[in-house]
Amino acid sequence: MMTAKVQITAAPTIGDASTMSGTEPVIRFKDVSKVFQRHDGRGDFVAVDKLSFEIARGEIVAVLGKTGCGKSTMFNIVAGLTEPTSGTATVVGHDPFREFDFFRGKIGIVFQGDRLMPWRTALANVLLGLQILDADPKDSEATARRWLERLGLGGHENDYPHALSGGMRQRVSISRAFAVNPDILLCDEPFSALDEMTARDLRAEFVRLVRQNNKTAIFITHQINEAMEIGDRVMVFHRPARIAYETRLSRDMTPEQRRKVQEDIMRVLSAAPEDAQRSE
Amino acid sequence: MTKTRTVRFLQAVASMLLLAAVWQILSYTLPPFLFPPVPAIMSRTVEILVTGSLLADVLLTAGRIFAGLLGAFVFGAVLAIIIVQSRTIENFVTPVLTFFQGIPALSWVVFAIIWFNGIEFRVLFIMVMTTLPAFTFQILDALRSMSKDLYEMTMSFRPSKLKLLRYLLIPTIVPGILTAWKVNLGNAARVVVVAELVGATGGVGYELLRQQQLFDMAGAMAWTLQLVLFVLIAQQTINAIEAWALRYRAVSERAM
Repeated sequence: MMTAKVQITAAPTIGDASTMSGTEPVIRFKDVSKVFQRHDGRGDFVAVDKLSFEIARGEIVAVLGKTGCGKSTMFNIVAGLTEPTSGTATVVGHDPFREFDFFRGKIGIVFQGDRLMPWRTALANVLLGLQILDADPKDSEATARRWLERLGLGGHENDYPHALSGGMRQRVSISRAFAVNPDILLCDEPFSALDEMTARDLRAEFVRLVRQNNKTAIFITHQINEAMEIGDRVMVFHRPARIAYETRLSRDMTPEQRRKVQEDIMRVLSAAPEDAQRSE
Repeated sequence: MTKTRTVRFLQAVASMLLLAAVWQILSYTLPPFLFPPVPAIMSRTVEILVTGSLLADVLLTAGRIFAGLLGAFVFGAVLAIIIVQSRTIENFVTPVLTFFQGIPALSWVVFAIIWFNGIEFRVLFIMVMTTLPAFTFQILDALRSMSKDLYEMTMSFRPSKLKLLRYLLIPTIVPGILTAWKVNLGNAARVVVVAELVGATGGVGYELLRQQQLFDMAGAMAWTLQLVLFVLIAQQTINAIEAWALRYRAVSERAM
């Protein structure tokens, strides 16, 4: 069973250690653990085990791992939706769980499903975050319309979710996350329910938007190709969530280098313990 | 109106006309004090609607129904919100509500007459106590059916409690609330008559009691029709609100 953290420098990197050292990391986990109590009274369940990592500003980190490896628990800790049992998790130097209000408008989330409110039109769904942030209604509407237009949904502003396709709905949810102009984007397998063609288009669009707007992003996925396509860095988790493998990627990598990284990831993933039960 | 709706409407009218025809036939063969002719009933019905003092009785009953339902709805909503937050509170409150649900409306009427003096308060008390459990349980169900996914998504924007209520909670429970109003409206209309029959000096129930004392079947039918008419109008109003509030649903989903 492979559990040791492996550091592979496959190619010249984007945002490598030297560029990160000068600035405070945007997201920092130090020995973070999360233990859940089992409902059936069979003791505790460790979802995250002394997880440590840092993510620099503008970096896109793809997180890979088998189902139930604690990726989503880590995600929820960064989002401030779950409190770690021990260790320190900070986002821009603040505790995302305890300083809940501080992060209003600073973290945007794209979930696995589109999670659109069925009673709201596409436009109203994109407006939700802006309304919660008390943004000026006129500016908000212009912003929401702009994002929908940008993601190819011009003309569908007044459509309800049931009238939109899966890809269109996911585009609305991406617009919703970007509309509040967050510094950090968290994405939990956002394209997993879509067909490959749609997912590929949205992936490319997503990366373009993140880069253009200089966002920091954590992107959780099950797919190695997707992780390598999106991430500046790929982290592979074993269960309970801890980094079993980590590598930086570059667009300058040769196909050979990419294949080598892919093989390494596959090897680490296949060495991960089988999913006994879901922790997420 | 679509073709299907027109057909459905015509079928409903035809069934009511058939009922009236059967009644009319019976009125030819049985004494008029048992089965008065349909035109006599209709004329008394219209008379109530056009006579201010009589119409006031109908409106009084309608007001009592509405006040009772509103009171039960507000109490029920507050109770449901409290219950949904704590299993312990639920364990304490639910048996009491279930117990209340088992008490017949007539028993509440008797309790109200013994406990209270004011007629309006008595009626309000009876209405609230008889419809409160159903409202509470229905709103509780609506709250419990709230999507965890939508809750997490909304929380990711870090809303205040008020905004969470406005943007997620209320829209989520609206379908449940509308169903609760529809279900309780019929119950309330039945209960209010019992309450007025025994403990009031005005309203449809009181008028029904008078018709019984006068042995006036046409009058009894006319006053009954007022109540039926009110319930139908109220149901249609709720249906219209429902159609507007749930317009986001696909047509097939709404038709279910």
